[in-house]
Amino acid sequence: MSISYHPPASDALALDVRGLSVEFPTRKGVLTALSEVSLTIRRGEILGVVGESGAGKSMTGMAVLGLLEPPGRVASGEIRIGGRRTDNLSEAEMASIRGSMVGAIFQDPLTSLNPLFSVGQQLIETIRLHSSLSRAEARARAVELLKQVGIPGAEERIDHYPHQFSGGMRQRVVIALALAGNPQLIIADEPTTALDVSIQAQITALLRKLCREHGTGVMLVTHDMGVIAETADRVAVMYAGRVIEIGPVEEVLSRPKHPYTRGLMGSIPALGARVERLAQIDGAMPRLNAIPTGCAFNPRCLEAGSRCRNVRPVMVAEGQGSVACLVHDGGVQ
Amino acid sequence: MRSANNALEVDQLSRIFDVSAPWLNRVIDRKPKRYLRAVQDVTFTVEKGKCLALVGESGCGKSTVARLVTGLYAPSEGAILFAPAVKGRGRGKPMEAQMIFQDPHASLNPRWRVGDIIAEPIREFGLRHGADVIEARVAELLRTVGLSADDAKRYPHEFSGGQRQRISIARALASEPEFLVCDEPTSALDVSVQAQILNLMRRLQDELGLTYLFISHNLAVVRHMADRIAVMYLGRIVEEADTEALFADPQHPYTRLLLQTIPDVAAPNRDRELMGGEPPSPLDPPKGCAFHPRCPMAADLCSKTAPEVRARKGGGLVACHLAPAI
Repeated sequence: MSISYHPPASDALALDVRGLSVEFPTRKGVLTALSEVSLTIRRGEILGVVGESGAGKSMTGMAVLGLLEPPGRVASGEIRIGGRRTDNLSEAEMASIRGSMVGAIFQDPLTSLNPLFSVGQQLIETIRLHSSLSRAEARARAVELLKQVGIPGAEERIDHYPHQFSGGMRQRVVIALALAGNPQLIIADEPTTALDVSIQAQITALLRKLCREHGTGVMLVTHDMGVIAETADRVAVMYAGRVIEIGPVEEVLSRPKHPYTRGLMGSIPALGARVERLAQIDGAMPRLNAIPTGCAFNPRCLEAGSRCRNVRPVMVAEGQGSVACLVHDGGVQ
Repeated sequence: MRSANNALEVDQLSRIFDVSAPWLNRVIDRKPKRYLRAVQDVTFTVEKGKCLALVGESGCGKSTVARLVTGLYAPSEGAILFAPAVKGRGRGKPMEAQMIFQDPHASLNPRWRVGDIIAEPIREFGLRHGADVIEARVAELLRTVGLSADDAKRYPHEFSGGQRQRISIARALASEPEFLVCDEPTSALDVSVQAQILNLMRRLQDELGLTYLFISHNLAVVRHMADRIAVMYLGRIVEEADTEALFADPQHPYTRLLLQTIPDVAAPNRDRELMGGEPPSPLDPPKGCAFHPRCPMAADLCSKTAPEVRARKGGGLVACHLAPAI
């Protein structure tokens, strides 16, 4: 299948994913968790990846990190990080790429940090693994990183253990760790979900500032449209393992083109105006073993026609973004 | 009861937890007992058929209030008064309050069939008699919440998160309460499912005349559901007003910052004021106004004296020295 939308490969891209499919062979047959996913992230750009549970957004991040749980495997497609192809590397080669070319921030900062080592030890280990700095130089760099992520009293705090930090401060340490190897790309998987709103705003603002300064591309995986609205430059909407719409954040959020994106936006209670009843999308996302033929959204879609049940829509350019919907590609009948 | 219109009156409610180290450690380390004031002097009323929301960040005491109201905790001080139920209460009579919990995966017994889960309160309180009658009632409840009568035979694991929350609601309705305490009922759900559940709760309120105490940290959800909002910070209510009045003119600096920090999908990438710092530990609350270390407007007075709760301009209550006088 050809994907019509795609910019040329370039070094300016922190991440370039083309036609990525991920499969899980099981006793009952092969489950396709990701199907023909294509997206790009420029340096210094934040791409939000949204979708509901099971849409494949975390799976996309894990595939880029080379951390798919066996028996999951990349069945087809290419992943390029900073211009270098990484989907066909061995486990050892991938291990050297993680940290130096791609960093990761996960949801729960307490489980991403080792409770038995001080944050300084963990930062210094990471820095020295990816550079030739001496222990003292690495320590100075670690203090510098902690200052950058806004930890007050970094010189003293560096010798503290993770349990001595609050949730928001811990997430800042995790961000410092992700930046330690100067990666071109950071995968941030629900980085603010475990935090309170006031802290969440601090962390997203920090993430934005740092990725601009360092020229790091960020894949921000979240289910929270609010976080996307505040943080991302562009957004990719996923449904049933496919990217269905991608474009600049203002355009996708205020003028969504795909019926699913529209439904999703309508179901979020807005701060502005109060409505009697929220728009709701009836039904639920299909399971991986029962993805409908044609457009995966067709059984829940109010605009679906006969063609939607047979023809799988491809991404077509529309406005400043692109959308995979037959309404925008030849009609539904 | 001060007014017959109120479904619930909560007066000067406090809850103190003893979080001291064990006796032997205290003796060895010569440390005194330590107490955590989770809820302090909380007063509010909920009118019949209305929805009052408690909002605030983790650790502000909103869930403790929910548990106090449903009787899962005993109050340390203060009183909780329900309207004298028309139908009576206790064995053979309906319950006065029921609760819907946050996590629909943890709040349903995985070894029981859905029908038994919903039938338990009916049997326990002796509200209906006879297997056929109870079965018919369970089927009716399942249909009320948008499931089918056949679902009674299935187990909770066969349902999705949203469907499980529907089962929780059916179970809560089974004891025919007039008052529902909903503790973050949609926080564990995806947005499209959240919309389904919120719509269901609004419909049930209209049909059954229910009164809600709605606990949430999500102000957008609260705005959709609540008639009145009470904002909590470190165990106290800092501002309380009708929903529209609170959103139109927040007067406590904490409320204002809370409204500022909420991401709004309708206005992407807007510039906003961030709230600095983090909520202090309730074990060691700041002197004076608990919010003063994070407050951009804090004056000398704020670090010395705790503000009194007073009438708020435009209706409601506010606890801030600097809020506009009436």
